[in-house]
Amino acid sequence: MFSRRDDPRAICRFIFEGQPLEAKAGDSVAAALLAAGITQFRTTPATGAPRGPWCLMGVCFDCLVDIDGQANRQACQVTVAEGMAVRRMYGPRP
Amino acid sequence: MTHDCVIVGAGPAGMAAASLLARHGADVVVLDEQPAPGGQIWRGIEAADAGLRAVLGGEYAAGAAAVAEFRASGASYRPGQSVWNITPELDVWTTPADGAGHLRGRTVLLAVGAMERPVPIPGWTLPGAMGAGGVQILLKSANLLPQGLVLAGQGPLLYQLATQCIAAGAPPAAILDAARPADVWPALRLLRPAALPYLHKGLLLQGTIRAAGIPWYRGVTRLRLLGGDAVAGVRFHSGGQDTEIAANLVALHDGVIPAQHAARVAGCTHRWDAAQACFHPVLDAWGSATVPGLLVAGDAGGIGGAAAAVHQGRIAAADILRRLGRLDEAGRDRLAAADRRALARHLAIRPFLDRRYRPIALVPDDSVTVCRCEEVTAADLRAAVAMGCQGPNQAKSFTRAGMGPCQGRMCGTTVTTVLAAALGRPPGDVGHARVRPPLKPITVGELAEAT
Repeated sequence: MFSRRDDPRAICRFIFEGQPLEAKAGDSVAAALLAAGITQFRTTPATGAPRGPWCLMGVCFDCLVDIDGQANRQACQVTVAEGMAVRRMYGPRP
Repeated sequence: MTHDCVIVGAGPAGMAAASLLARHGADVVVLDEQPAPGGQIWRGIEAADAGLRAVLGGEYAAGAAAVAEFRASGASYRPGQSVWNITPELDVWTTPADGAGHLRGRTVLLAVGAMERPVPIPGWTLPGAMGAGGVQILLKSANLLPQGLVLAGQGPLLYQLATQCIAAGAPPAAILDAARPADVWPALRLLRPAALPYLHKGLLLQGTIRAAGIPWYRGVTRLRLLGGDAVAGVRFHSGGQDTEIAANLVALHDGVIPAQHAARVAGCTHRWDAAQACFHPVLDAWGSATVPGLLVAGDAGGIGGAAAAVHQGRIAAADILRRLGRLDEAGRDRLAAADRRALARHLAIRPFLDRRYRPIALVPDDSVTVCRCEEVTAADLRAAVAMGCQGPNQAKSFTRAGMGPCQGRMCGTTVTTVLAAALGRPPGDVGHARVRPPLKPITVGELAEAT
């Protein structure tokens, strides 16, 4: 899916669905998940269809995830942080 | 607190305007959603190492000077700020508020840029399908190289991204080029001498792609993405036959359109631009919109590209200096003269590009999802028309199209074109769905603070 260019940025560790993942400091949450091979971020409220990021610039709202207990965060607009807990969102919006 | 000018967006237009205004002593605040200046076109430019700058090319690297000038200009810069409302009185509300979520401008300059035109084709909602611009943002901002990427659709960005991937050692697996062969000659007739440098650049990009030996299908139609829980392949028609290729990452592109929501929420009048097949705010020669004191510069006012945006930003800034009493009309005109000449040069290629790359998916087939948030198909919209729906605002009640989290950013233009076709009326008559605050998700606390 995606590979990393050589990148001197520091490693940043976060949690996705209870599993530890590594990102680069400064990555958006969306970039960090895509770099880890994760393309499905949520399922839709209307039909439960799988979704992942489309625009990576804050327009499409398809990358919505739960971050540290707060739902409906745009993964492309939030910078990943050490220890951050990210979860998928399923079905109807809370 | 009232500022001489509140600028929304720190891309080419916003930074150029801010730099000029600050140099003339104006009190200017720049609000931007991203953590660092540059907009999407120069995204991550300050952090990009020499290798990445080489991969992305000279026009990207040129952003470093623009950002440095902006940083040194003295303009107040507030990154990580999303604007969620702009009133006709030029009150601007931002989130996260952090105690400073409300500003007022004597003038407001919207330099919010473009978004990729949605590409409503079957399967475009599957994980693994992204905008080509999105894939490029991942390269610029996170050093992510797409592997096995299939590029599908049309337009200069598709070719640019392909060459960048080649330079980075991750050549795309295939290009499915949907530009219509029949549009070549009508487009060439619109070429003017000043456009030749751009044409030359485009031909160089295409030459690089050919030299790399990337499978390049032309005249592609009937494009559809295949897969259940994620993209697994692409099916398309080209050269008289149907072809299917496996892929788990597909970048779609069909040009870019102005980001409209900020100008619409402020109450600016928009018009349908038939040549660019999108709405843009009605502007005068200085970028002034129909809301007094509000100006628009760069792609948000109509697609012209990054180089044009710089000059549009400076032209708008010149008029803002006049409005602030820092220049008289003659001084404004002198200040903007060189930018006007440069702007004309950079816009010379647009008639060619607009004609060569007419959108491919303005009026999608029945089964295609138009509103991604509420999962409303083209058939749902047509059924609404059959029941009497007259336009996008009514379509919300009939179908919920445009009422999800993206607030119609992704479907707005397509809803208009689908309804217009079904009603037999021009898109400009059918109009765009009304845009209301908040433009971005805010907390109840922020809302309470704002009322």
